[in-house]
Amino acid sequence: MNQKQSENVKISVRDLNFFYGSHKALIDNNIDILKNKVTAVIGPSGCGKSTHLRVYNRIFELYRDQKATGTVMLDGENILSPEVDILELRRKVGMIFQKPTPFPMSVYENIAYGLRLHYKLSKTEMAEKVEKSLRSAALWEEIKDKMDKPGMALSGGQQQRLCIARAIAVEPEIILMDEPTSAIDPIGTAKIEELVGELEKNFTIVIVTHNMQQAARISDYTAFFFEGKIIEYGETEKIFTKPENKKTEDYITGRFG
Amino acid sequence: MVKNGKKGGYPADNFFKGLTFLCALLIVVIMTTLFIQLFYQSVPTIRKFGLEFFWSKKWDPVNLEFGALSSIYGTIVTSVIAMLIAVPLSFVIALFLVEIAGPKVKAIVSQALDLLAAIPSIIYGMWGLFIFAPFMQDHVQSFLMKYLGFLPFFKGIPMGIGMLTSGLILALMILPFISAVMRDIFQMVPPVVKESAYGVGSTTWEVSYHVTMKYGLQGVLGAVFLGLGRAIGETMAITFVIGNGYTVSASLFDPANTIASTLASQFSEAVSQPIFKSTLMELGLVLFIVTFGIQVAAQWWLNRIRLSSGGGL
Amino acid sequence: MKKRPVLFRRLTDRIVKIISVLAALVGIFFLLWILLEVLFRGASSFNFQFFTEISLDGENGGVANAIVGTFVITLTAVFIGVPAGLLGGIFLSEYGRNSRIGNLIRFASNVMMGMPSIIIGLFVYSVIVYNTGSFSGFSGAVALAIIMLPVILRTTEDMLSLVPNSLREAALALGTPRWKVTLHILFKAARTGLITGILLATARVSGETAPLLFTSLNSFYWPAEPWWHFWSFFTSPTANLTVTINDYAMSPYKGLNSMAWGASLLITACVLVLNVFARYHFREKTK
Repeated sequence: MNQKQSENVKISVRDLNFFYGSHKALIDNNIDILKNKVTAVIGPSGCGKSTHLRVYNRIFELYRDQKATGTVMLDGENILSPEVDILELRRKVGMIFQKPTPFPMSVYENIAYGLRLHYKLSKTEMAEKVEKSLRSAALWEEIKDKMDKPGMALSGGQQQRLCIARAIAVEPEIILMDEPTSAIDPIGTAKIEELVGELEKNFTIVIVTHNMQQAARISDYTAFFFEGKIIEYGETEKIFTKPENKKTEDYITGRFG
Repeated sequence: MVKNGKKGGYPADNFFKGLTFLCALLIVVIMTTLFIQLFYQSVPTIRKFGLEFFWSKKWDPVNLEFGALSSIYGTIVTSVIAMLIAVPLSFVIALFLVEIAGPKVKAIVSQALDLLAAIPSIIYGMWGLFIFAPFMQDHVQSFLMKYLGFLPFFKGIPMGIGMLTSGLILALMILPFISAVMRDIFQMVPPVVKESAYGVGSTTWEVSYHVTMKYGLQGVLGAVFLGLGRAIGETMAITFVIGNGYTVSASLFDPANTIASTLASQFSEAVSQPIFKSTLMELGLVLFIVTFGIQVAAQWWLNRIRLSSGGGL
Repeated sequence: MKKRPVLFRRLTDRIVKIISVLAALVGIFFLLWILLEVLFRGASSFNFQFFTEISLDGENGGVANAIVGTFVITLTAVFIGVPAGLLGGIFLSEYGRNSRIGNLIRFASNVMMGMPSIIIGLFVYSVIVYNTGSFSGFSGAVALAIIMLPVILRTTEDMLSLVPNSLREAALALGTPRWKVTLHILFKAARTGLITGILLATARVSGETAPLLFTSLNSFYWPAEPWWHFWSFFTSPTANLTVTINDYAMSPYKGLNSMAWGASLLITACVLVLNVFARYHFREKTK
C-alpha cells in the first residue's frame, strides 16, 4: 500500500478512526497522499470516502458528536492535535463541495472573502489576486465583465469554478474535492476535469468521486474504500487494470456499488 | 389549482366558494373601514387645529387646546431606545442559538424566549410599575445622573419613570419576537454554505457576520421592521411608567407620553367631549398610518430583494 | 502577502461568543424575574374570597365576576373570529393562491396583524359602542375577534397549503364535492396545525387589555344577573381580568394593588399554560 519515496508524501495518515457518536465510520485508515498528484477516492455509497476527506481540514468538528482519532501528518505536523491553528490549517487545505456554494455576494467579493480574512492587501493587490485566482480556475475570460454580478447568478459549472477560484485565492497547498462534478452538466464537468489536470502542477489534490471513469481519467493514484476501510491503494492505472484485491475488482467491474 | 369538472360548477361548491371569499374579504373591509372611521372621527380636530396639530406641544383638556408633538416625540424616542437595544441583542441571541448552544440548551432558551413573548403586555406594565421603575429610580437613574448628568438626557428628577424606563421595557418585549425570527432565518442557511466559509479558514463570528447574515439579510430586515411596528404601538407595557407628561423634554427621566399611552390614559376623560375625543381619534389615525407605512415598506423591501438578488432567502 | 494577525480574529470571535451567551442569560434572567414576581405577589393575594366574590368598591371582594367575564368575552371572540378566519383561510389556500385579490387580502392581513390593539379598540368603540350608546362585553369580544381574524386567516392558509395536492386530487377523483374535500379531508389532514394556531391566538387575545379599555370597560357586577339575563352582555360593561388589573394597579389602596397581582397571576398562568400546551400538543402530534 505505501512504498513511495517519503519526500513526496504530503499527507501521511496513520491509524485513523472516525466516529459518528458511537458508530465507527472509519476503521484503521492508513494512507500516504503524494505531493502534486491527483489522488482519487472511490467506493460504494456510505463507505466513508467523504468522511475520510473531511478529516483533512477538520471540517467535521463543526458537529458535536463527530470525532477522529489517530494521526494525520501534514508537513510533519499532526493536524488532529489541539495545538494546531485551525484557521491556518483550513487556509492551507481548501475544500470544494458537491453542490456549488457561492456566497451571497458578488463574484469579486466571493474571491476577496478569503483573502480579506487572512491577508492585508491594498486595493490593487486585491484586484490582482482576484484576477489571478479566476484565471487559475479557467473562469476569468467568462466572468471578467461580470465581477459585480451576484455569485449565485452564474451557471452551475461556473459557480463550481468560482468556488475553486475562491479556494485557490488564499494559496492553499492541498485541495479537497468532494464529488465536485456530480451536480454539474457534462460540459461543465469536462471543463472542471481539465482544470484539475492544470491545478495538480501547483497543488496536491484529493478527489472523492462515485464516477469510476472520472477517477480513471483524471487521477494518478486511487484509493478504494469499503465499509470504512481502505481496501486497496496504488497507481490508478494499476488499480483499474490489475487490482490485487478481489473486492476492488468486483467494484471496478460493476458487480456492486 | 384544482378546478371542478361540471360547467358552471355545483351550487353547493359555488356557495362555499362565495362564503369563503366573503370571509376572506372581511379583513380588507375591516382595514378600510378602520381607516375611514378614524379619519371621519378626526375631522373636528383636523378642522380646528390643522397641520399645526403636529408640532404643537399644548395639551390643555380644560381649554380644549391639543397638540400631538409630545406624543409623537415620546413614541419615537422610546421606540428608538427599544430598537437600539433589542436588535443587536436579538442578533447575538440568535447566533447563540444556532451556532453555539447544544440541543438541550437551545431548546431551553428557545422555550424561555417563547414564554417571554407570550406574557401579556399588562403584566409587563405591572412589573414595570411596581418593580422595575423603583429599581430604575434607586439604582440606574441616580447612577446615570451622577456620572453622565452633564448630558441633557440624564437631567431632571429621578422618579423611575420616563422614556428610558419605557424604552427598556419595550426592548424586553420585542426582543423575543425579533430573536425568534432571526433564529429561524439563520437556521435556513444551508450547512454546506457555512462549511464552505469555515473551510476557507473563518471563525464563527466571521461566518455569521459575512455569510449567514447576508444570506438571510432581507428576512432580518423584515424582522426589524416588524419589531419596530410592535414597538410604536405598544400600550399597556409602558402606560404605567411613561409618566403621562405632555412635554417635549430631552431628559429621559421626565414624564412623557407616547401616542398609545395618551390614548389609553386620556380616553375616559375624553369620551364626553367631542373635540377631545376627535383629538384622540386623530392620534389613532396617525398611529394607523405609520403602522400601515411600515408594513408597506417592509413588504415592498422584501419583494424587491427577492426579485433582484441571485438567491438567498 | 502580509498576513493579518490571527490573535485579533480569535479574540473578536471569543468576545462575540461570550456576549451571546450573556445575552441569552439576560433573556432568561428577565423571564424568571418577571414570572417569579408575578407568582409570589399574586399567590399572596389568593384566598377563598378572591375566587368567589365579586368586586366591591373599595378594598374588599374578589375577582370572581372578572374571571367569568374574561371567559365569556374570550369565548365569544373565538366563536366570531375563528369560523371567519378558517373560512377566509380556506379561500386563500384553495382559491386564491396567485390571484390579485388573494394578494390584497394577504396584504390587509399582514397590516392588521401589526396593528396596535388599542387602535382596534378605538375602532370598535366608534362603530359599535358609540352607535349603540353603551359599552358592552360583546363589543369587547368583537374587538378581540378582529385581532384574532388575520392570525387565524394566515395560520389556516399556511396549514392547508402544506397539505399535498395529491390528497386533493385523490378526493376529487372519487367524486367528492369541493366543499366536502376541504372541510372533511383537508381539515383532518391539517388538524393539528389548525388547532395549535387557534389555541395560540386564543391565548394571545385573552391577555389583551387595550382594546377592552374602550369597549367592555370593567364592572363591579356579574356579567349577567341572574345568569339567564344574558343580554346585559350586549348592553352593559362586563367585568374582566385584564381591565381589572389596569384599574386596580393604579389604585391607592394596597388591597386592590394586591388583587391586581392576583389577577395578573391568573391571567398569566392561563396564557402560558395554553401556550405551552399548544406547542407541546403540536410537537407530540407531528412526531
